[in-house]
Amino acid sequence: MEDTKLEVKNLQISFSHEGSQVNAVRDVSFTLGQEKLAIVGESGSGKSTVGRSLLKLHPKNATVKAEKLQFGDIDLLQANDKTMQNIRGRRISMIMQDPKYSLNPVMKVGDQIAEAYLAHYKVSKKIAKEKAITMLEKVQIRDPERVYSLYPHEVSGGMGQRVMIAMMLIPEPEIIIADEPTSALDVSVQRQVLNLLDELISERNIGLIFISHDLDLVRNYCDRVLVMYAGRVVESIKASELENAQHPYTQGLLKAPPRIGDIRNRLPTLQRDPSWLFN
Amino acid sequence: MITNSTMKSSSISKSTNANLMMLLKTVGHGCKRIIRNPLTAAGLVVVILLLVIAVFAPWIATHNPLAQQLSNSLQAPSAEHWFGTDEFGRDIFSRLVYGSRITLYIIALVTIIVGPIGLAIGTISGYFGGIIDTVFMRITDIFISFPGLVLALAFVAALGPGLEHAVIAIALTTWPPIARLARAETLQLRKADYIVAVQLQGASATRIIFRHIVPMCLSSVIVRLTMNMAGIILTAAGLGFLGLGAQAPLPEWGAMISTGRSYMLENWWLVAAPGAAIMLVSLAFNLLGDGLRDLLDPRN
Amino acid sequence: MNIIDIEKLNLSFGSGVNESKVLHDVCLQIQAGESFGLVGESGSGKTTVLRCLAGQYHHWSGQLSVNGEQLQHKLDKKRCIDMQMVFQDPYGSLHPRHSIETALAEPLKIHKMDNRDERITTILKKVGLDNSFRYRSPHQLSGGQRQRVAIARALILEPKILLLDEPTSALDVSVQAEILNLLKDLKEKEGLTYLMVTHDLGVVSYLCDRVAVMQSGRIVETISSDDLANHNASEPYTRMLLDCCYHTEATNVTAESNIY
Repeated sequence: MEDTKLEVKNLQISFSHEGSQVNAVRDVSFTLGQEKLAIVGESGSGKSTVGRSLLKLHPKNATVKAEKLQFGDIDLLQANDKTMQNIRGRRISMIMQDPKYSLNPVMKVGDQIAEAYLAHYKVSKKIAKEKAITMLEKVQIRDPERVYSLYPHEVSGGMGQRVMIAMMLIPEPEIIIADEPTSALDVSVQRQVLNLLDELISERNIGLIFISHDLDLVRNYCDRVLVMYAGRVVESIKASELENAQHPYTQGLLKAPPRIGDIRNRLPTLQRDPSWLFN
Repeated sequence: MITNSTMKSSSISKSTNANLMMLLKTVGHGCKRIIRNPLTAAGLVVVILLLVIAVFAPWIATHNPLAQQLSNSLQAPSAEHWFGTDEFGRDIFSRLVYGSRITLYIIALVTIIVGPIGLAIGTISGYFGGIIDTVFMRITDIFISFPGLVLALAFVAALGPGLEHAVIAIALTTWPPIARLARAETLQLRKADYIVAVQLQGASATRIIFRHIVPMCLSSVIVRLTMNMAGIILTAAGLGFLGLGAQAPLPEWGAMISTGRSYMLENWWLVAAPGAAIMLVSLAFNLLGDGLRDLLDPRN
Repeated sequence: MNIIDIEKLNLSFGSGVNESKVLHDVCLQIQAGESFGLVGESGSGKTTVLRCLAGQYHHWSGQLSVNGEQLQHKLDKKRCIDMQMVFQDPYGSLHPRHSIETALAEPLKIHKMDNRDERITTILKKVGLDNSFRYRSPHQLSGGQRQRVAIARALILEPKILLLDEPTSALDVSVQAEILNLLKDLKEKEGLTYLMVTHDLGVVSYLCDRVAVMQSGRIVETISSDDLANHNASEPYTRMLLDCCYHTEATNVTAESNIY
């Protein structure tokens, strides 16, 4: 927590659509150190938009404003395309939801990992390949030589996501943004992938922004949780203290999912209070 | 009983009203988006202009398109004859204006024949799959593997030249791509949950195809047809040029170029005017088709 | 009496060397009024069982009977009245060009039922939507509202059995709670039988009386929800699934050695 990797202050994102402005994110502020920070919210809460805007991957019709968007010694607000190119992947990388869509289907997975390395380091292809194979080993893929030459459709969902993690970690970034990295996976695989990610980032002092809709998952996995509702952060709380969450929205989210051995006859439903939009 | 039935009718009219409002809204919204793209708007303007000219041809034309006046032949463009006169002294502008009717007639007829046939064959073939699909698609392949103009030529040669025969000939060569398109769309749709749901409701195949699948294929088929119109105009002009389409003295644009050819070197306007008309109209349909694709394609 | 009886259901795709068997001797007995869960991970064949019942696959072997009558391989109108289905994706299960009224009237027209207007009003009320929704089109509705419409469409023919294919997994948790409550209410009021496919043991535990756990096309264990909650599962696979579900334990378990 001592060294702040990323500081976001009053981030505002609006989309212009058919001549009208829609505010997707308002006044979002947080800092990220060497920790696992979760951004949680329901669909449409703006959580993914925040993640994307940090890498300036937002669509053209979006306007991003902020008081401060400081990444290390770089002011992301002022950064030009070239600087962003160097940051993306190299210093901040992003893991997407479904490996099926984020891997190039006509390229061997190993080559994709090697290319991620070559894009940022001037080394020979041979060295990059060796690096990629070591990385595949790191993400606990047995027989990395064989997996190296597989195509994305030949690997399972879990293995695909390991490959994605390998690809994102190989340039040794300082921050990883993971946007629902495991929601396309089965529960048993989900746990393995998360544990793996956890080990690798603590080993390399990486800061993690974990975007998810699953509060249950996040409370055990992350250190701190930002709860977003309608583009605003309604609560920022330590994951271990979620039990004592103050905001009714957070409480509602915690109570809503049914659990095994649930003897409740009815599930509590969330009563959305318009006043949540003004604080 | 009476109140019940009035209630019913009022709710039905309310529902059609709502549907109508929805339709109007979408159309209005669509127009706005079309106009935003200048090229599409230009295409739309030309097509509308063509329609207006065709409908009001007798008022727009300055002369009788068929009246020969040999003393006045091969006049250069002037205030009296805007695009000059041809070898029989007929006013070219008026012939172009009346020719737009023939062009539109061909386009409309071909579209009316081709759209439903292509849509029906494509959706049936895609929905049932298996042996029906194989048979239909092989027939389509056969038609697709003939060069369009050659097939049309052969057909007209067999039936004899004439406008109607030209239309049938063009229709024969234009339906296969539409069928292919509709089939491809149907293949994707038939696995969709809402189609499975209606199957599970016990709907017959005919009902599913015509009420549920066809409306979804319609937009891409319309786009494709609009794009095809340019090709139809060119093929029609080509047939006219070869003397196999509309017969003299009908002012068909292709036939006008064909006859004007002999005087082309000294009297350029005989060929230039109908040539420009053909180019302008087919370009307009292409631009409009492109714009419609952006507008209607659900993937965008 | 069993309202659904599945005996030795087998299904495979492809032929020759490419043949892959997706269901192996699946047997299930579901009683009238029961709410039965089918859980498993992706590729376990749970949805396939549902789709066989729904008449989406015709080449299964074995015996399927509903209400004591054996099912034919082809879907007939009788089965539609007995049994309807709610799908996973609320965005894909409603025809994008049909208004809610058209969607709800369609099954009534197919089965030539009268009083359509009244039936639509009643069914919308039952799923908690007011009459103004009739004239809207699907893209004007939220995911939860769409799923309500999908449930209304399934119930409008007054079936006794509802096949639920992960009906809430595409929804936000707060909306999921609303839909689960609705399903629970409807079951009690209408005396329905549910066969629900899901991967979420919490949902099963809330809504279902009994559960069958599936793994690679086989049923490995059939167990009551109470036993499931009380850790009485005997199969290691079931226990593994349970383990993953208790998130509290998730972080304490170190990464298992690679399985690949």
